[in-house]
Amino acid sequence: MGAWARFRRNRLALIGLALIVVLAISAALAPWLAPYDPARQSLIEKRAKPGAKYLLGADEFGRDILSRVIYGSRVALLVGVLSVTIALVGGLLMGTTAGYAGGWFDAVLMRGIDILLAFPYLLLALAIVAVLGPGALNTTIAVGIWGVPAVTRIVRGSVLALRETEYVGAARALGAPAPALLRRHILPNIVPSLVVYATLFMANAILLEAALSFLGLGVQPPTASWGLMVSTGRDVLLVAPHVATVPGLAIMVAVLAFNLVGDGLRDALDPRLRGAV
Amino acid sequence: MLTFVVRRLLLAVPVLLGVVFVVMLTIDLLPGDAVTLMLGEHATQDAVGKLREHLGLDQPFLVRYLDYVGRLARGDLGRSIQQNRPVASELADTWPATLQLTVAALLIAAAVGMAAGVASAVWPNSLFDDLARLGSLFGLSMPIFWTGLVLIVIFSLWLNWLPVGGAGSLPHLVLPAVTLALPSVAMIARMTRSAVLDVLREDYVRTARAKGVSEVWVLGRHALRNAFIPILTLIGLQSGQLMGGAVLTETVFAWPGLGRLMVKAIFARDYILLQGAVLVFALAFVVINLLVDLSYGLLDPRVGRQG
Repeated sequence: MGAWARFRRNRLALIGLALIVVLAISAALAPWLAPYDPARQSLIEKRAKPGAKYLLGADEFGRDILSRVIYGSRVALLVGVLSVTIALVGGLLMGTTAGYAGGWFDAVLMRGIDILLAFPYLLLALAIVAVLGPGALNTTIAVGIWGVPAVTRIVRGSVLALRETEYVGAARALGAPAPALLRRHILPNIVPSLVVYATLFMANAILLEAALSFLGLGVQPPTASWGLMVSTGRDVLLVAPHVATVPGLAIMVAVLAFNLVGDGLRDALDPRLRGAV
Repeated sequence: MLTFVVRRLLLAVPVLLGVVFVVMLTIDLLPGDAVTLMLGEHATQDAVGKLREHLGLDQPFLVRYLDYVGRLARGDLGRSIQQNRPVASELADTWPATLQLTVAALLIAAAVGMAAGVASAVWPNSLFDDLARLGSLFGLSMPIFWTGLVLIVIFSLWLNWLPVGGAGSLPHLVLPAVTLALPSVAMIARMTRSAVLDVLREDYVRTARAKGVSEVWVLGRHALRNAFIPILTLIGLQSGQLMGGAVLTETVFAWPGLGRLMVKAIFARDYILLQGAVLVFALAFVVINLLVDLSYGLLDPRVGRQG
């Protein structure tokens, strides 16, 4: 049975996939889908309860929460995709270098990676943002760096295992240069693990971006970021609970979607990975 | 056993020195000047110069590093720029609150997570199992700062059972601890389920059942004891994540702990205080992992003999 057939039988994964499609559409078509300008203020309607005019209510400045949630999907997905890219590129470079070089370089690097992997990730990201300063770009970099160690470990493990296989040995004996070996023989073998990891990492990247923005260290106002919306809503939590809770729901749905698809992909692509990633 | 503990503690020293080195180096490599950032753009050249000298920033990096480590050995963590107090007393004021919060959360996470996981494994694919698995999916997907706010709305605003925030009494602890525990409950429940399911397939479990050992005894004596090792590893890792989560939980509930201190230090660009807070977290992290390693020996006699 093919991977897609296995994936398709997983109902939860399909629900996750549908949610991701909805998210992607709302990010791509935000200006057409949003009923109002996400920055339009209307102070006489501030903290308006959900109703006919504002489906999800209005925030402290009378801005339409639904429109801001729709625009917020752009930030979440953009930061997610870019940080996944950083994690994959950094991890591929470091993992292949460590796997190829071996020896003390590999030992020192992997020891450091082990420490980083076990270290509380939010503290790591906080430290990076503390140094770089807040902002959307720096948040993306902080989230991306956090993903590098895990990718490095996946890639290095595969390089070490594949280096010893006969077909890679044969290709090397025939004089194939290292980059070609990597591209033709090693990369295709780790794609499934990387796809699974990247999907699950997307979920965590969205969570981490939201957390940093909630603390005021991530995306800065007036950009509509879900974490930032929860943070501003927190000030009026006891008078207008919907301002903080509605955007948080969006975070949860997005994270859940990527977790469901990640789990489904893991089971479909490589059942051996169950519980490992 | 004692030599093992001593050796591990000695091994922790280079790790902590490395943490200090990396933290100081990143701050040193800051784009722009830390002192100008601290004082603002309009500070006079004179004031900048004075603060630089006061912080020892006119010295080369390695001299400052060795100086900091030397003073660290004497328990001197420097002075907080913002509060004008010794960093050590700032940390001493805040770490007990964080310890209280994370320990409470860890206990909740371990108890609820393991109970749910064992029940799921004993009755796989039952209604309870389905609900527990769905619940842990949600638990892993909810941002914890949001969970905290939702709990405040339900239990403080609507039901009026528990205080909104602050610290001081047991009711104050309930919401923050539950909030912080939720993602770990989900992780531990998942892990426990699969670990217990694995063990229940083992031959010795079948043997025990075949010779008529009661199901409760099979679970307690054979299954749980063996499943406990992977679970314990996860609990050790989770306590690290709890420290990170504490930063968010403390912010949501105005809990006077290290996490909030750290966020404040970042906003105030109080790097000396930040350095101290990171160091305490790193130390806690090393100690927890040591405790986890030690408990392997207690649970699995094979580990002790090798070490």
